[in-house]
Amino acid sequence: MLEQTVQIVSNERATDSYFRLVLRAPRIAPLIQPGQFAHIRVLPMKDSLLRRPFSIFQVSGDTFSILYKTVGKGTEVLARMQAGEELSVIAPLGHGFTVPKRGGETPLLVAGGYGMAAMYLLAQRSPQKGIAFVGGRRRVDILCEKEFHALGWDVRVTTEDGSHGEKGLVTKPLQAELKRSTARRKLFACGPTGMLKVVGQIAGEFKVPAELSMDEHMCCGVGVCLTCVIPVKTGERWEYQRTCTEGPVFDSRQVEWEVAG
Amino acid sequence: MNLSVQIGKLKLQNPVMVASGTFGYGVEYAQLLDLNQLGAVVVKGIRLHPVRGNPTPRTTEVASGMLNAIGLQGPGVDGFIKKYWPFLKKLKVPTIINIWGTTIDEYAEVARRFDALGGVGALELNVSCPNIKEGGSQFGTDVKLLAQVVMACRKATKLPLITKMSPNVVSIAPYARAAEEAGSDALAVTNSYPAMAIDIETRKPKLANVTGGLTGPCIKPIAIKLVWEAAKAVKIPVIGMGGIQNAADAIEFMMAGATAVAVGTANFYEPQTTLQVIAGIREFAQKHGIKDVREITGSIQVGK
Repeated sequence: MLEQTVQIVSNERATDSYFRLVLRAPRIAPLIQPGQFAHIRVLPMKDSLLRRPFSIFQVSGDTFSILYKTVGKGTEVLARMQAGEELSVIAPLGHGFTVPKRGGETPLLVAGGYGMAAMYLLAQRSPQKGIAFVGGRRRVDILCEKEFHALGWDVRVTTEDGSHGEKGLVTKPLQAELKRSTARRKLFACGPTGMLKVVGQIAGEFKVPAELSMDEHMCCGVGVCLTCVIPVKTGERWEYQRTCTEGPVFDSRQVEWEVAG
Repeated sequence: MNLSVQIGKLKLQNPVMVASGTFGYGVEYAQLLDLNQLGAVVVKGIRLHPVRGNPTPRTTEVASGMLNAIGLQGPGVDGFIKKYWPFLKKLKVPTIINIWGTTIDEYAEVARRFDALGGVGALELNVSCPNIKEGGSQFGTDVKLLAQVVMACRKATKLPLITKMSPNVVSIAPYARAAEEAGSDALAVTNSYPAMAIDIETRKPKLANVTGGLTGPCIKPIAIKLVWEAAKAVKIPVIGMGGIQNAADAIEFMMAGATAVAVGTANFYEPQTTLQVIAGIREFAQKHGIKDVREITGSIQVGK
């Protein structure tokens, strides 16, 4: 974990609804592990003080990038920033995904919306190629399809309105795939909490391990404020653990779904 | 130039500490700044037993600040000693432990436990948390109960006692005097302000707890006034806090009467704030020919 003031290399519209921000961060970039995040302070904002957490998408040399959607004040101001301007970054943060080992379980990635961006590094660094299931409401919500193809991964797209790929929820082809074969598989998922809950249930049903990247509202990002907690089982009981520190990636069996979500 | 200040019998190398609840147990920030540069580390509130805390969402951003209703999640005395004390006791700067309970006996018991631990710099009595049903501000907004809590802790320990005052009172002066008379060595002014925010699309409160505590730069002018009033009412030192982002803010608190200051919410968005404040106070003193930082305290000039 380092705090650095970094320069924007580029900040451009990647699709109709997403921007791609590339930052030059020579000390941070080499430390980044799949599933980790960057906590960014948008310096021009004067009355919105808190940092915003973003999953790290790609790492290349001394730069890393994020994909983001303009959803509020922070991302709207960020979208207007240009190459050469500066941001304050604390990164890499959080406990990320376990990178699959050669000859181990086949990785099946399950992504909802921009969850796909958080899984790119995992796919890239996995010695074993697998299947990426990616779902969204509409065609514009499907991200990084090209990038995953370029890594040689099998990409299965679903959209709720049927405008791209198979019509329906992302968990449908996932279930079909798990039924089709009994080979050793492991699920890795990132997306809305509702989707993660269903992925966790499917993992339980098919008795396959699953790592879920939980998306919680965050404040400090480094484990002190206790904003981003989720209920995690501890024997018979449960306790709140921090998404920014113990997570964002949790074993699906750890999450106490009766309280979460 | 002298930057050191005295809080009861506790000597601080400089007047800049952190506010309880915004700095975890110190260790979380150790990778981002040198904790040994601080005046003191103040840890999150601890009661006798572990506390699960409130449901989520627990915080939300507001203009120039934030609301929180964490509910004092924590490991309890034993969990704290096991998990965090080995790190904290090795620091060169004092650790101030913020303690609370749901009864006066519990406050005293926690005070006794930390007295027995050895090596603790001071205890801060949290009688002002707005986000828990029992304990917290129920003690800080009743003069008699406040005096009883402070007195019970005074009997339980020889450690310096800092009473963390509630802002949620008509006038802070009688509370400040009650804490002083009951044996408090210093006052921390102030805790967060009870507040709330609503999502107008869903018509739901933005916090699961409905209400929370307002902190950040938006509360600074209110906190400055409280520090000014509290410092006039007592002889013991006042530690000022509420929205400090830079040295100018800290100096303003000191001029209002604070002997020391604490950086709170700013730690969340700029972990280096404390170090910037220390450097800035030194610079200000040099620029104005101030040889001792204690000269700034209470140097406000009211009237023409």
